[in-house]
Amino acid sequence: MSRLGRITRRVFLIGAATVAGGVAVGYWYYRRPYPNPLEDGLAEGEATFNPYVKIGADNTITLIAPRAEMGQGISTTLAAFVAEELDVTLDRVRVEHGPPSYAYYNAAMLEEGGGFNFWDESFTAETVRGLMGVAGKMLGLQATGGSTAARDGFDRMRQAGAAARVMLVEAAAARLGVPVADLTTENGTIVHAASSRSVTYGEVALDASKLNPPSSVRLREPAEWKLLGKAQPRVDMLDKVTGAPIFGIDVRQPDMLFGTVRMSPVFGVAPVRSDISAAANMPGVVKIVPIETTYGSGFGVIAENTWAAFKAAEAIDVEWGKPAYPEDDAGIMAMIADAAKSGSATAMRDDGNVDTAFADAPQERLIEAEYSVPFLAHAPMEPMNCTARLKDGVLDVWAPNQMPVLIRWFCSDIAGVPGDKTNVHTTSMGGAFGRRGELDYALYATLLAKETEGRPVQVTWTREEDTRRGPFRPASVGQMKARIGDDGLPVAVDMRIAAPNMIASLMSRLFPSLPAGGSDPAITDGSRNQPYTIPNYRVSEIQVPLSIPVTFWRSVGNSVNGFFHESFMDEIAHAGQVDPVEMRRKLMADFPAAVAVVDKVAEMSGWGEPLPEGKARGFAFTLSFGSWCGQVVQIADTPAGIRLEKMWIAVDVGTALDPGIIETQMTSGAVFGLSAAMGQAITFGDGMVEQSNFHDFDAMRIFQAPEFEVAVLENFHRMGGVGEVGTPPAAPALANAVFALTGKRVRQLPLSREVRFA
Amino acid sequence: MQLRVNGQPIEIDADPEMPLLWALRDVAGILGPKFGCGIAACGACTVLVDGSPVRSCALPLGAVQGEVTTIEGIGSAEALHPVQQAWIEEQVAQCGYCQAGQIMSAYALLEENPEPTDEDIDNAMGGNLCRCGTYPRIRAAIHRAAALKLARA
Repeated sequence: MSRLGRITRRVFLIGAATVAGGVAVGYWYYRRPYPNPLEDGLAEGEATFNPYVKIGADNTITLIAPRAEMGQGISTTLAAFVAEELDVTLDRVRVEHGPPSYAYYNAAMLEEGGGFNFWDESFTAETVRGLMGVAGKMLGLQATGGSTAARDGFDRMRQAGAAARVMLVEAAAARLGVPVADLTTENGTIVHAASSRSVTYGEVALDASKLNPPSSVRLREPAEWKLLGKAQPRVDMLDKVTGAPIFGIDVRQPDMLFGTVRMSPVFGVAPVRSDISAAANMPGVVKIVPIETTYGSGFGVIAENTWAAFKAAEAIDVEWGKPAYPEDDAGIMAMIADAAKSGSATAMRDDGNVDTAFADAPQERLIEAEYSVPFLAHAPMEPMNCTARLKDGVLDVWAPNQMPVLIRWFCSDIAGVPGDKTNVHTTSMGGAFGRRGELDYALYATLLAKETEGRPVQVTWTREEDTRRGPFRPASVGQMKARIGDDGLPVAVDMRIAAPNMIASLMSRLFPSLPAGGSDPAITDGSRNQPYTIPNYRVSEIQVPLSIPVTFWRSVGNSVNGFFHESFMDEIAHAGQVDPVEMRRKLMADFPAAVAVVDKVAEMSGWGEPLPEGKARGFAFTLSFGSWCGQVVQIADTPAGIRLEKMWIAVDVGTALDPGIIETQMTSGAVFGLSAAMGQAITFGDGMVEQSNFHDFDAMRIFQAPEFEVAVLENFHRMGGVGEVGTPPAAPALANAVFALTGKRVRQLPLSREVRFA
Repeated sequence: MQLRVNGQPIEIDADPEMPLLWALRDVAGILGPKFGCGIAACGACTVLVDGSPVRSCALPLGAVQGEVTTIEGIGSAEALHPVQQAWIEEQVAQCGYCQAGQIMSAYALLEENPEPTDEDIDNAMGGNLCRCGTYPRIRAAIHRAAALKLARA
């Protein structure tokens, strides 16, 4: 078995044992810290205190924010955790992503993977969260995703800053010959007020780093916060307005070659016939090599510049095989719809007795509807790319990525060098939205780097490759049924959600030799776990065995189920002749945080006040990633089509760490959801994706963007995520507004199939 | 062939069919203009040729006539252009990848129209896609940049 196989099998088994059978190893193992990865790369005179803090003799303070910056502002908020307790302002520090390391494991990402409702704080739910967190630590899962980074780093990184500050003050006390209690800190300087003497952090950093870390530290109370809870300027804003070369595509190394890939447009097949001779003879082309990985088959082109590589890739003469899935979109969607109707289902939520409640339901009290959403590409602005160099037994990979530890495993295995001879440099990302949690771009760059005799090669995909190769947000179909009671409220709902299994798809690419079975809770995420009390309430998962590659896309299953669940709730409200917002207040009465969000967004938008002719509003609500989000959108009928005028968003995040960034993430998430709702679909013909670029897979433009107003609430006692939360309610809010405006209930996305937008 | 980029003459040895974007990035090492689509559909590659915004990914090198200005040519960290200053004050960028193109389009707009309305902004900026949805702040920043520019003038 390959070394990679051994590693992944071992890690998988630890994970599986932990999740399924309790903690297989002792608590001591969990408590034992990982080595500090910063110790290897210190500059002359520089000291490190823990994996998050480095201080130079010149008082240059470097903080490590070990989560991928893809626009969500996480580098700023994570740096603020450390800076808050270190007592420095953000303009005083440098922020780096740092090396891949198990020390930067993400416990929170797995914690909510146990399938419990966010509000469930029973012993069982909390125990599973704890075990999943331990698994995250033991897996060394350095990952960015699931809107978890701030929740994960909140305690750990504040403690890191506080511990470093204690050590610095202790060293200063020894240097100045005064008691610790007489010293205060002021933005990187330690002051002895009584004697008007001071030393900088840098002056005592080396001494301080040799002291034992404190066994416990006192963290500031929120009322004492200087940075947290206030909008901070982003640490990377200057770079981003001056065109600084911070992205993966901007990596430049001496003697670098350029390249691209042309992978099979039919998933899971190899070329049946190919001729690379014409392409290989084109000017500027260095070499064309076949590529074969778990992500698919195709060709890599190495050239003197990216444009030459693109032209040669296009010129490869190749015929691909036939797919194992239906060749056109109608066949694919029919397969999913049939599964939703009659496929084998697993109930993921099952309150009351749904079958009994429907058995004697009078026809006029029943509503039934079929909803569907298409496959979607992530389409980040920066196309997939990666740069690699394999020279003198050392592999360097410059990758805009969300999974640096996995990239190190897989790329070192491909290159045949040990993990400790593999350096992964995580760059800023021009968007990711889940796409850069995949590894294909890094595997391809590493494969091409084996062909260049030590020269670095930057492999950039065309937009066409980026759009068409997936992995995609899965298409899904929801069969929905409700029985309305005499008071107009639902007494029973039955939701059957069918989609391909994302976890199984991911496992087939990463660990194809391991069996992948079981539930994919994301299929029903956003329908099975919403804060509604309905006496008979069933949400079922139905897996569809389609071999089209699917993966996580901003808000994952919530992007699907937010639309299904909240559009259907709107249908129920209209069928029961209850105001949709008033219906939510009643059904959510057991969840005060949810009701407060509903009340707030209703108040902000003036819900219920009469509107001029030709204007209408829609409402939707989704609890996702631990945050409670309600949205109202107002639209207008214009000669050019429907125009989005304004969107109001209220969100309860528990603790608002940076209200400025939270506001931008809410609008960003909503624009992302609205873009998909208005016009995006990935469809298939001849087994291949039909869309290719922004002309046929576009997103919202500035002239389509509504005004936004955002309110951030802090009522719930646990902190929620931010980066994905704005997306799920956006599509149903818009679809519900379209119903209010036109009387047309659009049950499929994109809405542009049935209505026209300006 | 010779280009003038940001006030400097640059000798470029490349196929005249090569789009200006790739000549700037892969040959001249000027990395501010970004590759987004290759078909002039997203605006990430926007530069100015003699003051007019063009999509450099779809402009063959051989067709370039005039002075090329990239984001590196309008300001620097030490001497920000009012548009860049306004982008910081409004905290516009999220992932930031499209912003060099957005800023170049906004720069060109304000050169032509010192006090644009929201409608003028929508018309001028519609070719610049932003997947992070920074549009509300782009609008605000262009208004702010207009005021900063007039104050400096």
